[in-house]
Amino acid sequence: MPDLTAKKKRPLWYNLSPLNLPVPGLVSIFHRVSGVVLFLGLIAFLYLLDLSLASESGYAQAAGVLRAPIAKLLVIASIWALLHHMCAGIRHLFLDVDVGTSLHTARRSAFAVFIASLALTASIAVRIW
Amino acid sequence: MVNRIIVGAHYGLKDWLAQRVTALLMIGYTVIFLVVWPRPMSYAGWKALFAQGWMRFATFLLVASVLIHAWIGMRNVWMDYVKHTGVRLANLEWPSQGAVSTQSWWGRAAPACAPRCSCRKRA
Repeated sequence: MPDLTAKKKRPLWYNLSPLNLPVPGLVSIFHRVSGVVLFLGLIAFLYLLDLSLASESGYAQAAGVLRAPIAKLLVIASIWALLHHMCAGIRHLFLDVDVGTSLHTARRSAFAVFIASLALTASIAVRIW
Repeated sequence: MVNRIIVGAHYGLKDWLAQRVTALLMIGYTVIFLVVWPRPMSYAGWKALFAQGWMRFATFLLVASVLIHAWIGMRNVWMDYVKHTGVRLANLEWPSQGAVSTQSWWGRAAPACAPRCSCRKRA
């Protein structure tokens, strides 16, 4: 019987740089990061929605806040986070029901998530800038 | 002897399902919002949109979905990266506390589309 507890010499590979995260993996970690970003932005979003509905002057105040360049940048970043999270989420829902689970299709759809969310963000960004 | 930690049944399945159901609700709201949002934007149009009963109800569903979705998501992130038991337990609390207090704040502070009003009897 082989001694399973014996220490075997295992290969060590500390240099991780030659290992690339595949595109579906990138979509996955961006899904997580964008989720956290959206969570942090949630309070500001709810506050502004509340303010804009409270009164005419509140609406003007909220619009004024959103006109500042830094606010626009934050809004565009949030929209990218939202669109990526949503596109990746929709892809995830399809994978859940076994649609597009082959390696080739999953890679293509992961690419599509990045391209679709970036293109949509760009088209919205030029409109609100 | 197997050293098992028993945490109760179906938590994982419930959270998994909740994450999907709330995701579908939020996608649905987004589609509806893109159709009905006032163009050009004005206070009158904005206010009128959120004054309608169905929109209040939909917005209530949206806020509830966002909070449940964010709670489960943030908790999962937290459980993945924080290994120290004390810190873990102490901090698993805050997403739920945050979600509950946001929901109750929302109920008080947003009379225009307060979730409580959405359940109000029609006059």
